[in-house]
Amino acid sequence: MYTQALNTSDGDERHVEDAERATQFQARIDADERIEPNDWMPAAYRKTLTRQISQHAHSEIVGMLPEGNWITRAPSLRRKAALLAKVQDECGHGLYLYAAAETLGSSREELVDAMLAGKAKYSSIFNYPTLTWADIGTIGWLVDGAAIMNQIPLCRCSYGPYARAMIRVCKEESFHQRQGFEIMLTLCRGTAEQKAMAQDALNRWWWPVLMMFGPPDQVSQHSDTSTKWKIKRFSNDELRQKFVDATVPQAQFLGLTFPDPGMKQNANGNWEYSAIDWEEFKQVLSGNGPCNRDRLAARRKAHDDGAWVREAAMAYAGKRKQRAALQAAE
Amino acid sequence: MTVANISVSETPLVLYTLRRADDALILGHRLSEWCGHAPMLEEDMALANTGLDLLGQARELYSYAAKVEGRDNDEDKFAYLRDVRQYRNLLLLEQPNGDFARTMVRQFFYATFADLYWRAMMRSSDLTLAAIAAKSEKESAYHVRHSSEWIVRLGDGTEESHHRTQSAIDELWAFIGEMFAVDDSERGLIDAGIAVDPVALRPQWLKTVSSVVSEATLALPKSDWMQQGGRSGRHSEHLGHLLSELQSMQRTFPGATW
Amino acid sequence: MATPNIPLWEVFIRSRNGLAHKHVGSLHATDATLALQAARDIYTRRGEGLSIWVVPSNAITASDPSEKGMMFEPAESKIYRHPTFYDVPDEVGHM
Repeated sequence: MYTQALNTSDGDERHVEDAERATQFQARIDADERIEPNDWMPAAYRKTLTRQISQHAHSEIVGMLPEGNWITRAPSLRRKAALLAKVQDECGHGLYLYAAAETLGSSREELVDAMLAGKAKYSSIFNYPTLTWADIGTIGWLVDGAAIMNQIPLCRCSYGPYARAMIRVCKEESFHQRQGFEIMLTLCRGTAEQKAMAQDALNRWWWPVLMMFGPPDQVSQHSDTSTKWKIKRFSNDELRQKFVDATVPQAQFLGLTFPDPGMKQNANGNWEYSAIDWEEFKQVLSGNGPCNRDRLAARRKAHDDGAWVREAAMAYAGKRKQRAALQAAE
Repeated sequence: MTVANISVSETPLVLYTLRRADDALILGHRLSEWCGHAPMLEEDMALANTGLDLLGQARELYSYAAKVEGRDNDEDKFAYLRDVRQYRNLLLLEQPNGDFARTMVRQFFYATFADLYWRAMMRSSDLTLAAIAAKSEKESAYHVRHSSEWIVRLGDGTEESHHRTQSAIDELWAFIGEMFAVDDSERGLIDAGIAVDPVALRPQWLKTVSSVVSEATLALPKSDWMQQGGRSGRHSEHLGHLLSELQSMQRTFPGATW
Repeated sequence: MATPNIPLWEVFIRSRNGLAHKHVGSLHATDATLALQAARDIYTRRGEGLSIWVVPSNAITASDPSEKGMMFEPAESKIYRHPTFYDVPDEVGHM
């Protein structure tokens, strides 16, 4: 139950850290019990989850922009309908995730305001531009493919509302990756120009997609506690490897090559990739990616341009309540 | 190399079907422009749903037009390879989104009309059109509900929202006359029981629109000068820009499959 | 500038006739009519619903998890409320 109201009682004794409660809490996690909004939880667990779920929500919403960039230019009516439905799904996913974050005591408005102020992060991948139609195929195939790798384990995350939101998200997303792969397949079976377009998109997106899984395990700052709390069930590098291994045969099927000449399969059957440029990742996260400014500006504009609409609806609801009260008094 | 526009044999039934298809595509396209930019996430979802309903209607109508025409045109050729002078949609629907009030007024005017229109078309002697109408009517009924709820809130909300919505009504009013116009080509189909006579729908349209507008504390303009031309390809300047975006891929990569 | 909060609603959907309404998620809306429309647009896009309820989140009264011992454990020992508590010979057949 996403009852926000019950969780906003700041200052109540639940927030006082209590060794015994913390031990009991960890015991529940270890027994694979789910934590629900009104249960006692350590303040750090609440904070970590609020940060992670809201970042996830921001990513869905900002992620609408690069793909939304092609809705009006989709090359067939079938593709146009599929893309609009897909980007709409991302909006829905953002919405489910904000609701899950709200059960921890922050309002959607606070969370969104933090993002618009540039104080909250979202996935680095959405700060890259979609230049051609093949980018839409590549995003579906690789970005959604990588997201699924991340999201499936989250369906078993210890926090109930997050896990339930992820189950819904994963179910809906199952068409997204197929949609992307189908676009790529059509390009690769098309003219030489189309195939070159597909290869170019893979070249540009491959490294940023690998960065989506986050910093390598030895420097990842949140992993230890997140693992202990069963928010995270696989490490960044494990998921990244799983993704690469799943993707290589798909690229081979398409007849595309990775922009990584050093890539090779090792004795265990895993595909080894070359070193990732973590400096680029750091730059993009800190605001210097190719589209960071455009993305935030677009979200701010939608927010600001919509303010009078939200105010109008609130004002109308107020008037209606007043009228009902007057009528009742008569 | 450029791609030539397709030629269309505009027999009365082909033309009639294309007009309805173009209406749905152009408005659906306009609504899809909102995706990612709506005033709140809940409305982003709603606008996309409406856009998808309209895209679906357009595709069915184009496919039927292609079948009736019996040449090698199809839904994508109709959508992507006709130029501005070959498009047959209402001028109202190609008008830019503007603010949320403008979009909602445009939607409300059209949906109220379309819902009456589809309901009448369910009795068409053309069984395909009757079937498309039956499906579309359920969609448009919801579009009427959704947009009229917003008209009431925007009109009776704040001073600013009232002002914006009244301006939208004033600016879009000149485009409603075209919805009820009939030319010779359509007259024959109406007499044959295939097409709907829109003139007969006007009183009910006005009644619904007036009642919502007055509940919203807004007013309909007194002016009765009406713009026309969309049905015969004389459009506003806005449509050309919409098409150059919509058609950019097909025009840049002639003949490719996507 | 802080954005004013738009009320939160809980959404319940009956997916098929004969089933109970089930909680599916939440949304924000300024009034009940818009909440119902938004629920339709958000939570029934894949044909999931035949009926929708929306309830203001703050209208829900929830039990306190810290009282779960008092609230729920007393029921656990009342095993005579379950059919398996009673012995009926097999030859009597299904009962």
